[in-house]
Amino acid sequence: MADVAIETVDLAKRYGRIQALAGLSMRVERGSIFGFLGPNGAGKTTAVKLLLGLARPSAGEAVVLGAPISDERAHREARARVGYLPELFRYPGWLTAREVLAAHCALARVERDRWDGEIREVLTTVGLSERAGDRVQGFSKGMQQRLGLAVALLAAPELVVLDEPTSALDPVGRRDVREIVRALRARGTTVFLNSHLLSEVEQVCDRVAVVDQGAVIAMGTLAELLRTDSVRVRATGLTAEARASLAREGFALEGDGERLVAPGVSGDRIPLLVEALVRVGGRMYAVEPVQETLEQRFLALLKEH
Amino acid sequence: MLREAVRRRLVLAIAVLTLAAVALTGWGFARIPELGGREPLPAQQVTLIASQLTILVAFMFSFVLALSAVFVASPAVSGETESGIALAVLARPISRTEYVLGKWIGLSALLFVYAAGAIALELVVIRLAVGYTPPAPLVALGFLYGETLVLLTLGLLLSTRVSGMVGGVVGLVLFGLAWMGGIVGGIGAAFDNATITHVGTATKLLVPTDGLWRGAVYALEPAAVLAGASGLPAGAAANPFFAPAPPPWTFMAWAAAWIVLVLAAAVWSFRSREI
Repeated sequence: MADVAIETVDLAKRYGRIQALAGLSMRVERGSIFGFLGPNGAGKTTAVKLLLGLARPSAGEAVVLGAPISDERAHREARARVGYLPELFRYPGWLTAREVLAAHCALARVERDRWDGEIREVLTTVGLSERAGDRVQGFSKGMQQRLGLAVALLAAPELVVLDEPTSALDPVGRRDVREIVRALRARGTTVFLNSHLLSEVEQVCDRVAVVDQGAVIAMGTLAELLRTDSVRVRATGLTAEARASLAREGFALEGDGERLVAPGVSGDRIPLLVEALVRVGGRMYAVEPVQETLEQRFLALLKEH
Repeated sequence: MLREAVRRRLVLAIAVLTLAAVALTGWGFARIPELGGREPLPAQQVTLIASQLTILVAFMFSFVLALSAVFVASPAVSGETESGIALAVLARPISRTEYVLGKWIGLSALLFVYAAGAIALELVVIRLAVGYTPPAPLVALGFLYGETLVLLTLGLLLSTRVSGMVGGVVGLVLFGLAWMGGIVGGIGAAFDNATITHVGTATKLLVPTDGLWRGAVYALEPAAVLAGASGLPAGAAANPFFAPAPPPWTFMAWAAAWIVLVLAAAVWSFRSREI
C-alpha cells in the first residue's frame, strides 16, 4: 500500500449518454513516471478529474496517496501532497507570477516563512525567475504553462499530475519539461502524465496506459508494449504472388513499396527471411531489426480497437 | 478581492463615478434654498425638501449597490470555473464550502467598504451644502447594506450554476420585480384588496430587497413627515419613497435567515457541481 501512489478499480464516469471513462483499473507505483495516452476525447482528462476530486465517479473506486476518493476528508488531506497542472491552465491575469504562487502556497498550507524560498525555487526550475514580478496577463501561452508547472511543483509534492504539460511549449520547453520530470523521479516523486504527444511520453515514462473511448486498450512498460521482434526491410521486385508465397512460409510483410516491415522476425530467423525473399525474386537493399515507435504501436492499437 | 478590484480598475471607475455623483447631488442640495425665488426658503421647508431629496439619493445608491452586488457576484464562481482558473485551486486541499464562503466574505467586505464610504461621503456633502442630516443615517446604511447582501448572495448562488451574464440579468430582473412587488403590495393594502396584498407580500418574502429598502426610507424620514402621514390618502403606502412604519422585526429576521439559506444553497449547489 505504501508503495502505490494511485490505484483505481473499475473507475468509470458517465456524462448523460456518453461513457467518458469505462472501468479503468490501474496501479501507479511510487517514484515512477506513468504515462496516460490516448487520442483527444479518450477520457484522459476525465480520469484526472476523478482522481483529484473535481468530478465524482459513476462507478468504481480510486485511492490516491492512500486516501480513497470516496472519503472526502481524507482525500482533501491527501491533496495537500499533490501538485496539478490542468490541461486548461489559466491564472488570474491581474496577479503577478509571484502572487499566483503565493496564493497557491496558502492553499497548499505551506508555512508562511517557507513561501519565499519555495517560490524562488520553482520559478528557477521552470525558467521564469526574471518574470516573477510581471502580471500574468502579459504572459505568452508557453509562459503561462510554465507558471502552471511551477504551481504544480510547489512544496515538493509526493505526486505530480500533469495534464498535457507541453501542449503550448516549443521544443526547447518540451525538453525542459522532460528534464524536470526526470528530476522529479530522481527525488522519488511520482509523476502521472497525460499526453497525446507520444514522442514525449516515450522518452520519460516507465509505464503507460493507452486509452481510447474511455477504455484502456493496453497497459504496461514500454518494453512490454512495443514489439521488438520486427525487422525493417528495403526490397524491390516483390510481386503480390511473391508476398503471398512469403506469407505462407510465415513471413507476412506489412507495408507497400520498397520499405516493408516483417513482424515476428528476429534473431536466427532473419537470415531465413533474407533467403526466402531472394528466392521469390526480391532484390534486398537493407535489413535492420527495429523496435517500433510508440506512435506506430499506438496507431496499431487504435486500429485494432 | 480588493487587489483584484484595484488592479482591474474597478476601484478607479467606481471612485470617479461616485465622486461625480456626490458632487452633482451636493450642488443640487446647495440650490434648495434658492427655490423660493427672491427670498430664500424658510428653514423648515428646506429641511423637508432636503429630506425627500436625500431619500431619492439613497434610492439611487441602493440601485447602484444592488447592481454592483449582482455584477460582482454573478461571475465570481462561474468566471473561474469557465476559464479554468478554478481547476488548480480546487485540486488543493480546499473544500467547496470554503471556496464559496471565501468569495462571499471577500465580496461582502468590498461592498461594505464601498457602501459605507460612498454614503458617508454623500451625507457629509449634503450637510455641508444645506445643513441637513437625516434622523438615523447608520440605520439607513444598515438597511441599504442588507439589500446589497441579499443581491450579493443571490448573485453568488446563480454564479455556481449559470454564466455571469445570465446570473446578472436574472438578479437584476428579480430586484426590479421585488421593487414592483412592494408597490403592488402597498396598493393592495391601501384599497383593502387581499389578493393583491398577498402578491406583494409574497414577492417581499421571496426577494427581501424592497422590504429592506422601506426600512432605509423610514430611517431617513424626519419626524415631521411621519407625523403628517396619518393625514395622507390610502395610496400613500404604495409610494416607494415613503414608509409610514419600520419593517417588523419578523421581516428583518426573515431577511437575515434568507441570506443564510441562500448562501447555504450556494454552497450545496457548488459542492455537487462537477468542474
